[in-house]
Amino acid sequence: MSRPIEKTASFRESLRRVPDANGHFGAYGGRFVAETLMGPVEELRLAYEKYRRDAEFQTELQRDLRDFVGRPSPLYLAQRLTAECRGARIYLKREDLDHTGAHKINNALGQALLAKRMRKTRLIAETGAGQHGVATATVAARFGFECVVYMGEEDMRRQAINVYRMKLLGARVVPVTSGSRTLKDALNEAMRDWVANVDSTFYVIGTVAGPHPYPMMVRDFHACIGEETRRQALSTEGRLPDALVACVGGGSNAIGLFHAFLDDDVKLYGVEAGGEGLASGKHAASLSAGRSGVLHGNRTYLLEDAAGQIRETHSISAGLDYPGVGPEHAWLKDIGRVSYDTVTDVQALQAFHALTRHEGIMPALESAHALAYAMQLAPHMPPQQFLVVNLSGRGDKDIHTVASHQGIEL
Amino acid sequence: MSRLAERFAELRRAGRTALVPYITAGDPDKSASVPLMHVLVKAGADVLELGVPFSDPMADGPVIQRACERALRHGTTLADVLAMVREFRHKDTRTPVVLMGYLNPVEAFGTEAFAAATAEAGVDGVLTVDMPPEEASPLAGLLRARGIDPVFLLAPTTDAARLQRICETAAGFVYYVTLKGVTGAANLDVAEVRRRLEVVRRATRLPVGVGFGVRDARTAAQLAGVADAVVVGSAIVDRVAQFGHRRAELLTQVGAFVSELRQAMDAARV
Repeated sequence: MSRPIEKTASFRESLRRVPDANGHFGAYGGRFVAETLMGPVEELRLAYEKYRRDAEFQTELQRDLRDFVGRPSPLYLAQRLTAECRGARIYLKREDLDHTGAHKINNALGQALLAKRMRKTRLIAETGAGQHGVATATVAARFGFECVVYMGEEDMRRQAINVYRMKLLGARVVPVTSGSRTLKDALNEAMRDWVANVDSTFYVIGTVAGPHPYPMMVRDFHACIGEETRRQALSTEGRLPDALVACVGGGSNAIGLFHAFLDDDVKLYGVEAGGEGLASGKHAASLSAGRSGVLHGNRTYLLEDAAGQIRETHSISAGLDYPGVGPEHAWLKDIGRVSYDTVTDVQALQAFHALTRHEGIMPALESAHALAYAMQLAPHMPPQQFLVVNLSGRGDKDIHTVASHQGIEL
Repeated sequence: MSRLAERFAELRRAGRTALVPYITAGDPDKSASVPLMHVLVKAGADVLELGVPFSDPMADGPVIQRACERALRHGTTLADVLAMVREFRHKDTRTPVVLMGYLNPVEAFGTEAFAAATAEAGVDGVLTVDMPPEEASPLAGLLRARGIDPVFLLAPTTDAARLQRICETAAGFVYYVTLKGVTGAANLDVAEVRRRLEVVRRATRLPVGVGFGVRDARTAAQLAGVADAVVVGSAIVDRVAQFGHRRAELLTQVGAFVSELRQAMDAARV
């Protein structure tokens, strides 16, 4: 009797060779835009195809990632938090130490360098919590671009400090008053600006969503997170981590961490915003509670009503408050490579306090979702194992939210 | 022959340019749409474009975005829009109706069910703004099988290869977007449109409509000599927003504006 030949990693189809030429990740992704945007999107695709292989572009990008952003970011062993959880060792990938305080700068920098080569003079961006807006305003100041950031009126109120930071950096922040006045509406407005000003303007999308090539391009610019983590784990632990955990709104920091590990025997966990719980309907968990649809130029999982209208979402963290998700995550969910789960507002707040007290590190509320999940996971793993949490941003921007939940007026 | 093809053939014989007014279905409320459709026809519309409201109309400007919000506040669904067309057909069996909207509500309805329901309701064409032919959605084929024309946009930035491909997939007419921008924007350059339409006409024998940025009778008249159809949207929806709360005045004002467009266009072609 012959034994079936076991598939080994080297024979298995690589999960890193996506998307296809038209931007499809399995059934997801693509380019679902009006004809008015097809030209600009194609122009961008061709430019990115050219410069991603261009040695001079890569040299300039690597130099600025090192000297301007401060990469590589450390891989930090959270010893006291590990002791508290009694299980696998918990490492933090310190994206909170990147310039401007979050991973978003990796991508803003890459797109700005591309915009420069495409001879554009103006950067536009959408922002929810303001981190991507700040990152875009920062690279605009660094390279001398004009900068306009679209931000929901409601988010501007919640994130007043980031609005002021963007203004200090020379950006104009345009309040968006349409729809639900949050991130998704800011994205609509930025698209409208782009189509009207495409000759001068580069649209810097802040997450792994939108029409092709954005999901791929933004992923590539964040892939350094996982590549560094790989090298750092091999040098400190002598092997790859047993698990990786990252929060997922649009999903850019998660893809950035996961991408280098997709073909390895490493468990991957994506954590969505459970808000007040899935049963309450007040959440932003498109993968856990949504269904396939088309929005913002790509097919992906969406939170929508029975008639196909996009629903308003809720999360304590403005950066996760989005009704869609990057198409690569939709695909990774369907093929079962990544496990997606949710963490509530309350659990994220508890994790925020735990990390602040045990490690002296104040995480962004987005990253606190990943942390809360890792703290549940670690006790179920033996102490000789280790996991890595993407600490995608620092929490200074969130102290008003945290304080108000404690009934404190600052 | 489809109702759209028949209408365009008639117009060609008469030497007239089609006037295609757009309203968002359910704006300002569900009961206003069918009376508005009849008023548009009476004032001189040849084809009606009925917008299916969507929460995130990315290709539309602020005027139609707000019209969608008003319609959605009253819970206007795609099923409601089809019911409006069905009701319109009780009194008007000749004026072609084209639905214009976004893909997500269609998919939520069910693509196959949508194709069947539009045919049953008396819809003649469907323009799905965010569904380029490349995405190979089964929608265009399903619509054609039911005798409904899939209508597509062409833009100033559409290159020759895509122009060819779109014209092969399209039926009824093609819709040339006159400017780089969203619906309702300004700065329409008629001479440039004329040059571009010559290129489009080399790629297709379908009638060519123009729209996005036709704000007044003067512009409509200038385009009447250039295109087979002139689509006017935001300028009409602006009036719906202004007079929406008084039904009688709403119908009078919208009717008067469309008559003015009609007269200007007809005068231009004499």
